[in-house]
Amino acid sequence: MFIPVTMQLLSGFAETLKVFCLTLVFSIPLGLVICFGSMSRFTPLRWLTRGFVWIIRGSPLMLQMIIIFYGPGLMFGLPSMPRITATLLAFSINYACYFSEIYRGGIESIPQGQYEAGQVLGMTKGQIFFKVVLLQVIKRITAPMSNEIITLVKDTSLARIIGIYEIIWAGESFIKEGLIWPLFYTGAFYLAFSGLLTLLFGKLERKLSYFRG
Amino acid sequence: MELLRVQNLKKGFGSTDVLKGVCFSLERGQVLAIIGSSGSGKTTLLRCLNFLETADEGEILVNGQVLRTVTEAQIRKNRLHFGLVFQNFNLFPQYTALENVTLAPTMLKRDAPEAIRARGLALLDKVGLSHKVNAYPYQLSGGQQQRVAIARAMALDPEVLCFDEPTSALDPELTGEVLRVIRSLKTGGNTMIVVTHEMEFAKSVADVVIYMSDGVIEEMGTPEEVFDCPRSHKTRAFLRGAQEPF
Ligand SMILES: Nc1ncnc2c1ncn2[C@@H]1O[C@H](COP(=O)(O)OP(=O)(O)O)[C@@H](O)[C@H]1O
Ligand SMILES: [Mg+2]
Repeated sequence: MFIPVTMQLLSGFAETLKVFCLTLVFSIPLGLVICFGSMSRFTPLRWLTRGFVWIIRGSPLMLQMIIIFYGPGLMFGLPSMPRITATLLAFSINYACYFSEIYRGGIESIPQGQYEAGQVLGMTKGQIFFKVVLLQVIKRITAPMSNEIITLVKDTSLARIIGIYEIIWAGESFIKEGLIWPLFYTGAFYLAFSGLLTLLFGKLERKLSYFRG
Repeated sequence: MELLRVQNLKKGFGSTDVLKGVCFSLERGQVLAIIGSSGSGKTTLLRCLNFLETADEGEILVNGQVLRTVTEAQIRKNRLHFGLVFQNFNLFPQYTALENVTLAPTMLKRDAPEAIRARGLALLDKVGLSHKVNAYPYQLSGGQQQRVAIARAMALDPEVLCFDEPTSALDPELTGEVLRVIRSLKTGGNTMIVVTHEMEFAKSVADVVIYMSDGVIEEMGTPEEVFDCPRSHKTRAFLRGAQEPF
């Protein structure tokens, strides 16, 4: 029984990993765009962005996913999009909003004097951002980002609500055969994966520990 | 020869006028010390000279040329005439002492990388830190950090080097090393503007002293004139207060 269960769980885990990885690929840069919007000096854009972030962070991801999947069809009679597309859309927007706030906190925590020191030395805004500020921001946001990313590992299970066959669904399918251990086995997958991420983030933190500030 | 001329400089924040028409000029190789009580506008003046603030009125001329501030690129170019050493150093924490000094010349492609590095090493040697070139800011004392900041400010060969209370953030026992470096720069012929509360230092190093009060130059002259026979009663009161800290 072990081998077939493993195969089944692996196929679910592949789906979980797909949602996880692609969400990160889309939401990490999208978060930066949202972050710049929420820090814009153009007030309407700033309020619009902050309002959007409030809506996304203030309502359940599950609700957002259901609305994105069923909404276009029910509201505008559009053909439904593939389940994975709706999932990635909902996850990417949701996580981008969380990331944007982490980025904003990081950027705003950098002392004004760092920018001024760069300006006085004739550097351009881009040079100051990439050569002076960015690494300091990355160092400061590593811990909150690792928290959020580990939460994402577990949030991927929500995708089953619109029919993504992720690993918990796979593990649960053995209940009707009277088996409980595949569920514990499923948990082991999560623990192993989040353990791996914890190690990776620990490594990044150590790599950035050569300076303070 | 006149290097810097500041004409009728005015700057306000909201409804408070901070600089109310500041005029002075400085010759190449001269050291100007600016003294004055806290809130009199000294920092704002240095920030205007370094274009961290845009003056509301008035002009800044370097070598007889008015510095224009219409485009971002003009402002960046103007800044290169001046260097600024901040009260609290503002070193870049992720870079070593040497990297702090070489970052800007590298970004601005001032020279070949080896030449920039050699000059960086020479500057750190000049401020007495050749044994700390690979140290990160957190590994340095305040006095050492400020000396790195001085070397960094000189890396682009500014014509006027400005110091905003360079020793105010330091423990008293560390001010000497920084003041010695500044004094050595005068010997090297650098033109400098030093905002300071170290009266003895101002008296001994400056060619010209300005006493600022409430956004105007209350008194300007040689150190002997300003310190020994001040004309204005405000200057006299300030100097008396400075001598008796309690
Ligand atoms: N960015 C600013 N916004 C508002 N007021 C400011 C700003 N910068 C300086 N000021 C005010 O300008 C006055 C002069 O400040 P400053 O130039 O720092 O004086 P000093 O360096 O002589 O102590 C102070 O009253 C200060 O509160
Ligand atoms: Mg000041």
